[in-house]
Amino acid sequence: MGSLEQTVHSTGHHGPASGITRWLYTTNHKDIGTLYLIFSLTMFFIGGCMALTIRAELFQPGLQLVRPEFFNQMTTSHGLIMVFGAVMPAFVGLANWLIPMMIGAPDMALPRMNNWSFWILPFAFFMMLSTLLMEGGGPNFGWTFYAPLSTTYAPPSVTFFIFAVHMMGISSIMGAINVIATILNMRTPGMKLMDMPLFVWTWLITAFLLIAVMPVLAGVVTMMLMDIHFGTSFFDAAGGGDPVLFQHVFWFFGHPEVYIMILPAFGVVSEIIPTFARKRLFGYTSMVYATASIAILSFIVWAHHMFAVGMPLAGELFFMYTTMLIAVPTGVKVFNWVATMFRGSMTFETPMLFALAFVVLFTIGGFSGLMLAIAPADFQYHDTYFVVAHFHYVLVPGSVFAIMAAAYFWLPKWTGHMYNESMGKLHFWLSFIGVNVTFFPMHFLGLAGMPRRIPDYALQFADFNMVATFGAFLFGFSQLLFVYNVISCIRSGKQATDKVWEGSHGLEWTLPSPPPYHSFTEPPVFKHPYKENG
Amino acid sequence: MSTQAYYVPAQSRWPILASVSLFLIAFGAGTLINALSANAGGGLGLSLLLIGALCMGLILTGWFGHVIDESRRGLYSDQMDRSFRWGMSWFIFSEVMFFAAFFGTLFYVRNLSVPWLGGEGEKGVANMLWQGFEATWPLMKTPDMAAYPGPAGLIDPLHLPLVNTLLLLSSSVTVTFAHYRLKQDRRPQVIAWLVLTIALGTAFLVFQALEYVEAYHELGLTLHAGIYGATFFILTGFHGMHVTLGTLMLVIILLRVIRGHFEPDHHFGFEAVSWYWHFVDVVWVGLFLFVYLL
Repeated sequence: MGSLEQTVHSTGHHGPASGITRWLYTTNHKDIGTLYLIFSLTMFFIGGCMALTIRAELFQPGLQLVRPEFFNQMTTSHGLIMVFGAVMPAFVGLANWLIPMMIGAPDMALPRMNNWSFWILPFAFFMMLSTLLMEGGGPNFGWTFYAPLSTTYAPPSVTFFIFAVHMMGISSIMGAINVIATILNMRTPGMKLMDMPLFVWTWLITAFLLIAVMPVLAGVVTMMLMDIHFGTSFFDAAGGGDPVLFQHVFWFFGHPEVYIMILPAFGVVSEIIPTFARKRLFGYTSMVYATASIAILSFIVWAHHMFAVGMPLAGELFFMYTTMLIAVPTGVKVFNWVATMFRGSMTFETPMLFALAFVVLFTIGGFSGLMLAIAPADFQYHDTYFVVAHFHYVLVPGSVFAIMAAAYFWLPKWTGHMYNESMGKLHFWLSFIGVNVTFFPMHFLGLAGMPRRIPDYALQFADFNMVATFGAFLFGFSQLLFVYNVISCIRSGKQATDKVWEGSHGLEWTLPSPPPYHSFTEPPVFKHPYKENG
Repeated sequence: MSTQAYYVPAQSRWPILASVSLFLIAFGAGTLINALSANAGGGLGLSLLLIGALCMGLILTGWFGHVIDESRRGLYSDQMDRSFRWGMSWFIFSEVMFFAAFFGTLFYVRNLSVPWLGGEGEKGVANMLWQGFEATWPLMKTPDMAAYPGPAGLIDPLHLPLVNTLLLLSSSVTVTFAHYRLKQDRRPQVIAWLVLTIALGTAFLVFQALEYVEAYHELGLTLHAGIYGATFFILTGFHGMHVTLGTLMLVIILLRVIRGHFEPDHHFGFEAVSWYWHFVDVVWVGLFLFVYLL
């Protein structure tokens, strides 16, 4: 059976294979990272088109463009695709590209499994998207797929949705195992855990979260499948089950999941801000402990998504206080970023602009999260556009801006060319304005009582909705600038130096730009980036 | 090349083939299940599922065969061995969390939602839905007996389940004996202990199957029998699948031992299987306590 494998050997000096097989059969962390990033960008645009469909329908009150059933499928698919197809794979792509280069490893620890983790995804999303064309339509129960909407009242295509989620889970777990094995086992001699770049640290913790909660997601969709097709009553009170049980199990996965989408973003920002402030990161150790604390707390806060479903008072209070506790380590991080910049020699290249916007706008999202954490207040905010505003502030100018920042920051290293700086800045400003115009008015809409996931609304919400739709189209179309900039950066552009940025630190900047196909065939000499005499 | 360099394999076709097979399995299973629920013929779905499963079996055989071959050619350093160890440990942790979801479900239902339906506790107002419903565990009378007829009887934990507990616990001991003998390179004894482990695992599965037959045909304990049946079958069912997989893995390492694979100081494939076997054993102890006994 060994003949199925190419005979090219592993001692290190071969380049990439040619043609499509390079991408299909690759075991190279850079190729796989590129595949993840391209996949993520594709999904970002597909999910973005769905978002624009939603916003176009909400441009004016009344039903103009789509039927309510289709609107529900759009909100559901938009959420699922952005979470599982755009944000998560983008961070896995960054992890693939960067972790081996940052820790001085030859590749990921388990390269073939790495390829498998990626190639499951296109099939999973093909299946997920194909449900939109099936009889009865695609999933229409919201990205949180609460029972009984997703069981008793679901379209038949829910079965394929369940299997697609299983496939994504398999992919994520294998990817996360690979990341942990790489970080724990492949560091260059001399690099201790507390010497690692923060991006590596945040990914180590993220991988732990993934392995801990993706199986729980698999468990909950399995129980759905059993309820729908095999007559069990997990989520049906008539048989002694409980629909609220669905929400508990789902959010036990779901809350760590939102940190899976933000912790690597913290890591990215913690790499970029010191570079452009030309100072070392303030409070490295506290950053590590804060990240770990956030991860641990994420397991005991899940029911703050469920304040309004009817929990015993003790439960409401417990989850309210633990949730508020998360503000402490998060505050430590924001303080450290600001203190890093304090009296730094700052310059404002595109990655830095995105990172700064991240700090400010993510913090706004964090504060609205604190408001939502107050159980009695949440009774009012629950299921309104205030919640939509909150999580889009942490996910779009949070996670997505961090991904953009990372792309601009490391593109010169990856491609060997500088991107177009003025176009990058234009992209930033249009995105920054677009995001705020889209999502800031949603706070007001929510506080005034506009419910989420509804295609029509009362007249008094018309003005802010119109504004939000303008912002959404501005944000959406300005992303084409990013695509153009990336493509032209791959093809041509000023030759990038090895160091790329004046203030860059870390092992990846000691490699040529672009780095050779196999980064470190010999373990590099490690010098601590944050310690003066490392 | 020196065995101390980290082995980065060249291009491989196994992963993409495995992805296609996984897709066939998932798409086939979805089509089949939907057809069965709609009382339509499930021919297409079943064919896709079987083709996918067959391909996956062949691919995994080839892929693992390839890894074993590389290992025996001495391509793997100690560092590679540690990657495998981390990989297997975290995989088992993910399995622990998979079972944790179902144990969590069981605890929630037993301690919170069923008592609430029966009118007890802070959310006892739920009793308004089915007035007169009484909370008991195991739940013999469901709130709506027409939709979910509760079980007529229960499995006696001190008969088959107790025997099964003894079988699995002793199989954990025998696999450890096999491991010790492997370290001493006493192969005939390794084979003997492994055969005994496999026999114990198989006996467990046979008894479990008998128990399912009894549950369905004599006790009315089915998937439809309300939340007790649902939690009973999802926990014991997934555990049984894991024991089946574990037994299969034991058979494979038995064949490898017979072929002369493994060295006294280098046999991670063997250890990985034994870790997995201990894991299914520990899960069973949890099952025996919380599903059957308490």
